Amino acid sequence: MMAELNPAAQIAEAAQQVASKRNRLLSTPALVMITLFGIGPLILILIYSFLKAAPYGGVEWKFSTDAYLNFLFQRDIFDDTLQFSPDYLYIYARSIGFALITTIVCLFIGFPTAYFMATREPAQRNWWVLLITIPFWSNLLVRTLAIMFIIRDEGLINHILIWAHVIDKPITMLYTNGAILIGLLYSYLPFMILPLYSSIEKMDFRLVEAGHDLYANKRQVLWRVIIPLAKPGIIAGCLLVFIPAIGAYVTPLILGGGTHLLIGDLIAQQFGSGRNWPLGSAQALILMAAVLVALFFYVRNTTGKMTHG
Amino acid sequence: MKAKKAAIEARGVSRVFAAKGQQAVAALDDVSVTINENEFFTLLGPSGCGKTTLLRLIAGFDFPTSGQILLYGEDIAVLPPFKRPVNTVFQNYALFPHMTVAQNIGFGLEMLGKPRTEIDARVSEMLALVRMEELASRKTSQISGGQQQRVALARALAPKPKVLLLDEPLSALDYKLRKDMQIELKRLQHETGITFIFVTHDQEEALTMSDRIAVMSKGKILQVGSPHDIYDRPAVRFVANFIGETNFLKGIVRPSGKVKLAAGAEIEAVAPEGAKLSGEVTVVIRPEHALLVKPTQGKLKGVVDNIVYFGTDTHFHVLLDDGSEFMVRQQNSGGAAADFAKGDKVGVQIAAGTARILKD
Amino acid sequence: MVDVKAQPGFKTMALICLVLLYSPILILIVFAFNSGDIIMRWEGVSLHWFGVAFTNPEFQNAAWNTLRISAVATIASTLFATLAAIGMTRIKPWPGMKTAFMVINLPLMVPEIITAVATLSFFALLAQVLGLNFGIGNIMLAHIVFCIPFAFMPIRARLEDMDLTLENAAADLYATPWNAFKRITLPLLVPGIASGAALAFIVSFDDFTITQLVAGPGQTTLPLYIWDQTRRPMTPEINAISAILLLVSVLFITISFLIARSRK
Repeated sequence: MMAELNPAAQIAEAAQQVASKRNRLLSTPALVMITLFGIGPLILILIYSFLKAAPYGGVEWKFSTDAYLNFLFQRDIFDDTLQFSPDYLYIYARSIGFALITTIVCLFIGFPTAYFMATREPAQRNWWVLLITIPFWSNLLVRTLAIMFIIRDEGLINHILIWAHVIDKPITMLYTNGAILIGLLYSYLPFMILPLYSSIEKMDFRLVEAGHDLYANKRQVLWRVIIPLAKPGIIAGCLLVFIPAIGAYVTPLILGGGTHLLIGDLIAQQFGSGRNWPLGSAQALILMAAVLVALFFYVRNTTGKMTHG
Repeated sequence: MKAKKAAIEARGVSRVFAAKGQQAVAALDDVSVTINENEFFTLLGPSGCGKTTLLRLIAGFDFPTSGQILLYGEDIAVLPPFKRPVNTVFQNYALFPHMTVAQNIGFGLEMLGKPRTEIDARVSEMLALVRMEELASRKTSQISGGQQQRVALARALAPKPKVLLLDEPLSALDYKLRKDMQIELKRLQHETGITFIFVTHDQEEALTMSDRIAVMSKGKILQVGSPHDIYDRPAVRFVANFIGETNFLKGIVRPSGKVKLAAGAEIEAVAPEGAKLSGEVTVVIRPEHALLVKPTQGKLKGVVDNIVYFGTDTHFHVLLDDGSEFMVRQQNSGGAAADFAKGDKVGVQIAAGTARILKD
Repeated sequence: MVDVKAQPGFKTMALICLVLLYSPILILIVFAFNSGDIIMRWEGVSLHWFGVAFTNPEFQNAAWNTLRISAVATIASTLFATLAAIGMTRIKPWPGMKTAFMVINLPLMVPEIITAVATLSFFALLAQVLGLNFGIGNIMLAHIVFCIPFAFMPIRARLEDMDLTLENAAADLYATPWNAFKRITLPLLVPGIASGAALAFIVSFDDFTITQLVAGPGQTTLPLYIWDQTRRPMTPEINAISAILLLVSVLFITISFLIARSRK
């Protein structure tokens, strides 16, 4: 028998509905702000990517798929035919390649560091976390400039080498691929360490002892026990490095000098005056798609983890 | 004797939790119980039996799906918690971490809009009651678990609630402290004269502290009674099994009223009201109500299968002739107990009037 | 005693990592105190270039702009984030809450350069079609949006950590829901709000990408001013300004960090 709902239960239910409504209301300002000034602009560039470019920047409100065609093809000026042009594709491939290299090197340096941090005494651990947190949040532009000061022709390295008579002419390091890679690595290393640290710190270190007890040596414990347990942190760290690295803007701008383009400054260039806004919009959306693929991979991996656990 | 006044009365209270796509679960199933004024009343049962749900319904943190909850005859089921003259001591104490001990104790009175002087006086009084005067200005994170417990008690008692609810308040304390607090709680209840409703899964705690106990299982109250009633006169198998150790013996009720046990003997057994008095029944006998004797003297016969020594007493596990196991507890007063060894043939004698027929 | 947890070479790597992360910034800061005109030629310790920066009207203007923008962005985003966090925690999930949660975190998922060009296009359209131009308010609006998730995270974490029975206890002790919020929830939430505000401030104060694309003429902020300086013959003034920026970041990071740590 289904009992008639109590007046008390009814009142409780009504109160809960009021609370639910009130809570929705509390979230509204933030949601409105982000929808208007965050999502709105994204929808706008989606629309722009299907419009014609106006000759002096901006758009003409005519439907066109030129932006996407321009991404892969170049229109011949004389006979108006489309010819395959891999220039942009090459920049995208390069950006993805740079982001991958950055991610791998960051992992290689970051994992031992994070592990070392997590195995300190709690008081010491806090200091380490603060030391990594400071560059995590510090001004990216200034940090990139710091690299530039060191590696430019009149920079510290060349200065010292010339002073020591190792070389008599400065070595060109700025505005090279190497400079960009160092810059990316330097920028995003803390983004790898912190998530790695938080997952290793939660680890039950008695498992390491159990591993040793079962005759595993240090290397075997590392590969068979520690790394598998740190997998969520590794995935999170790699993503936190890869996503900003692939869209990096400041690093190639300052260390690449506008000659070694990555996606980030390529997109920004299209929005300069007299440039092609629809093409820039299309390029931005293609970058967004790449990021979404990475995020999808992450979500699938982490939710898979949960059902296993 | 003075007529007892009902402080809390639950009438046909049910609480059904219905999650989407899952079968509805009744945490409380048509529970009716009366708790008297000035009583130390314990809700006892294993986790998930509904005891905490009932406490939350009385406190107002949850609302019954059906049924009524009366406080001194007035239905309070629709009142939010802040309108109920009922206070709670939480399992984890729930002391406000950003306030001092004194501020915690005074919080309820402050919310009731009492004048400052009255609050201060009452806080001092409560601090004295729980013997915490020196710690009044400490932050709650700076005091020990046992002290936090006292503050939680003082805070809940300060507004002079009509009923005090205690949700397993001693479970976080270590053994020694728990024993001390049991005595302390009894003292407080006695001094304040407030009705205490105490929730626990610890049978020993329930037996030592309570005026009356309600044993709960699967959302129902199975038996309500004094500790003596509950221990010596369990009505159903769950109660007999949950509290203390018990021997369950199958038997058949004879027209004479005696019970013929499957193990052979025919014994007198007391039947509670409502028990069936024919056909197959279960009889319970507490281990300390039986005595090991020579095979010729006992009504039940068997072989000693195992002996476990407990310091104050010894448990003899006897395998009866029908294959069922029977436990006898004997005090180690340096007497006959030591005479029996594993493998000995023995008889078991049962103290008159202690065997009871169960309802189920 | 042998540390079973230790792995060979990890300590060295950790120390290398610290050197890597800190030496460039430290070198940059050291040369801010160079008294000479040329950055890498050391001519003695002096506060000369800090003086040059502080008396430079362009720097003053940029600093004033930056402070105005960061103050508005911090206050507004922290307010919105606090309200949203309260509305989205420890309550029976309301329909669409998952989506709302994603919306709040969206600015974290989108690469900054995309946000920058999209916002630029958006404000250009507003100016063109509706004739709307909020001036420096454009930058403020953009900053508020991407600061919200940064402020939201620590506030929400604090709310989730909070013991729910504390509010039950308050209600049990005769506190109305509003009183329970005012006397229990809010005071306990203050560290989370402070930590969130500090993060929002850093993120806004340091932002370069979005500001650079959205800023109109004359709307120079400190990061933009530094960027402009790098395209002229460089003097240690740029080091001095960079050092000031770093100092502000470190200050706020440390504040936020210490507040978050003091939780227990």
